Amino acid sequence: MNSDQPLLALEDVEVRYRVTSGWFGGADVYAVNGVSLSVAEGETLGIVGESGCGKSTLGQAIVGLTPITAGSIRLKGADRAQSNTHIQIIFQDPQSSLDPRLPVWRLITEPLHIRGGYSRTQLIDRATELAVSVGLRPEQIDRYPHEFSGGQRQRIAIARALAVEPELLVLDEPTSALDVSVQAQIVNLLLTLQAQRKLSYALISHDVSLVRHVADRVAVMYLGQIVEAGLAQEVLDGPRHPYTRTLLEAVPSFERPLATIAPRAGELPSNRKLPTGCYFRDRCPSATAGCELPQILKAVEGARTVRCHVVTGALEAPR
Amino acid sequence: MSAQRGDILLDIDDLSLEFRTFRGAVKALNGISIKVRAGEIVGVVGESGCGKSVTMMAAMRLLPKGSARITGGAVRLFGSDPMKLSERELQHVRGRQVSTIFQEPMNALNPTRRIGEQVIEVIRRHQRLSNAAARQKAIGLLRDMLISEPERIMQAYPFELSGGMRQRVLIAMAFSCEPKLIIADEPTTALDVTVQALILSLIRQKAVSTGTAVVFISHDMAVVSQLCDRLYVLYAGRVAESGTTASVLAAPAHPYTRALIRCLPGLAAPKQPLEQIPGTLPDMLNPPPGCLFRARCREADERCVEVPPLSAIDPSRRAACWRRIEETEAA
Repeated sequence: MNSDQPLLALEDVEVRYRVTSGWFGGADVYAVNGVSLSVAEGETLGIVGESGCGKSTLGQAIVGLTPITAGSIRLKGADRAQSNTHIQIIFQDPQSSLDPRLPVWRLITEPLHIRGGYSRTQLIDRATELAVSVGLRPEQIDRYPHEFSGGQRQRIAIARALAVEPELLVLDEPTSALDVSVQAQIVNLLLTLQAQRKLSYALISHDVSLVRHVADRVAVMYLGQIVEAGLAQEVLDGPRHPYTRTLLEAVPSFERPLATIAPRAGELPSNRKLPTGCYFRDRCPSATAGCELPQILKAVEGARTVRCHVVTGALEAPR
Repeated sequence: MSAQRGDILLDIDDLSLEFRTFRGAVKALNGISIKVRAGEIVGVVGESGCGKSVTMMAAMRLLPKGSARITGGAVRLFGSDPMKLSERELQHVRGRQVSTIFQEPMNALNPTRRIGEQVIEVIRRHQRLSNAAARQKAIGLLRDMLISEPERIMQAYPFELSGGMRQRVLIAMAFSCEPKLIIADEPTTALDVTVQALILSLIRQKAVSTGTAVVFISHDMAVVSQLCDRLYVLYAGRVAESGTTASVLAAPAHPYTRALIRCLPGLAAPKQPLEQIPGTLPDMLNPPPGCLFRARCREADERCVEVPPLSAIDPSRRAACWRRIEETEAA
């Protein structure tokens, strides 16, 4: 296997599916529209965007929960289906992602149980080890999910994901259902585990400050496309794409007064019928001639790529 | 009764409340005091289980009769005790003088009726207006919410609108009877940040232009800091700290407020461990004596086995912490 291949590489991935609802037959949902990205070993890629931008669908496509309709997903250079690199996913809601009828040790070792070939004692030993590594107490593994708080349940979900020794974890809004003090505990745990195990993360979140804290690089998604990507701090401290700017201005902050957002900038267009040209054109404060053409993701400087023809190479003076 | 700026509209004084469950009584509120004056925007912040929603539901008498029991303290809403009002009098207060905006706009609207009918119904229930006049008023209210084609939205059903649009309709309804007080319970938590920013600025503009007081319940310190004039930080059914937003954020006095702000990822250096609050909420079936934050507090000492009173520590602020009280007395 070629070692300079990135751990995960997506090329022009598209996910479309048909929803059959109502009396009018089906409609095509354009969830992911040509996403290329990569995650290196030990790296964290943040995927940021608002609801409906396709970030969760992309995460599910990466782990194989949603079939892709075009493009390729490769792990260390090999096609995902043929690869023996392990990927796991952590979902937002640890309440619904854990089977309420299984004790914790069974939940944690469920992936090994499915793989088969382990004795009950081996599974219990492994569960204890994993439980301790995520900050649970060994005696807690005989309990059931309802006996745990939200934060502890998320620890159980993380332990279960670690059971197969994955190299990449897809974290889909891992702390969105948790209180901030508990979020801090889970974030610290994820950072520790990454350092200990050289894990790679694809962190999907709407929370810009969380992504800024955890991610090395970031990709900002809008209507199933990446509109801007680059080093997390560079992008989030100096956004270039008009959408990234709108998004960041809207993030509540201690340092800024309330943003005034124009209502047309507030609503996301439907992903049932894709706009022509630049997807963000209708909401864009700086839309101009040329925006009616499809936009490509182009490198502007350093590691930064932006999908906007208005943004040119040189950095603008800080505002 | 016309409220003057500065009049106390809602006065919750040392309120204690418990919920009866099969395991025993859960002490949800343990002596909460909150005052809201006419025309101000007050934030009520805290994590889940701190009692922020329960306090406001109790003040509006919206809690189910059988399970919730007030065990101490008093509430005065527009000068009268909501627990002693008849159902009819209460109906007059709710909707006309106080209205509420909840987190989930879909649950607050009737899915089988057009938006227009629902807005007009609320207006006509509390005001003597003809259908045509109420309709004009409804369109005006929707326009104030920056809804671009209010006539078309009036004809729509709730499912046809986005979450942000539905929430704007509900805010229009909340303001429709010119209430003196609006209680907004996490109204933007289910929405995206760009929509949230719009909703917050609409609430603020409308409240300022009409002089309506707003109680804004939220778990998000940053949102509250941008919107509110004053805030209350709640922990385990008690007020940990209260004061003007600027003073609380500039130098949080209570160890819980400090930890709540410091554990946010936005304020730490990237990849560095975040400050975490060790432990969990105390068992509210049998809350321990003394300060309820004691077990998780790094400043706790032997004084904390007694309940610290919410005391003024400077002109703009009150905190329920023995350390701060001692420091203030020493100064």
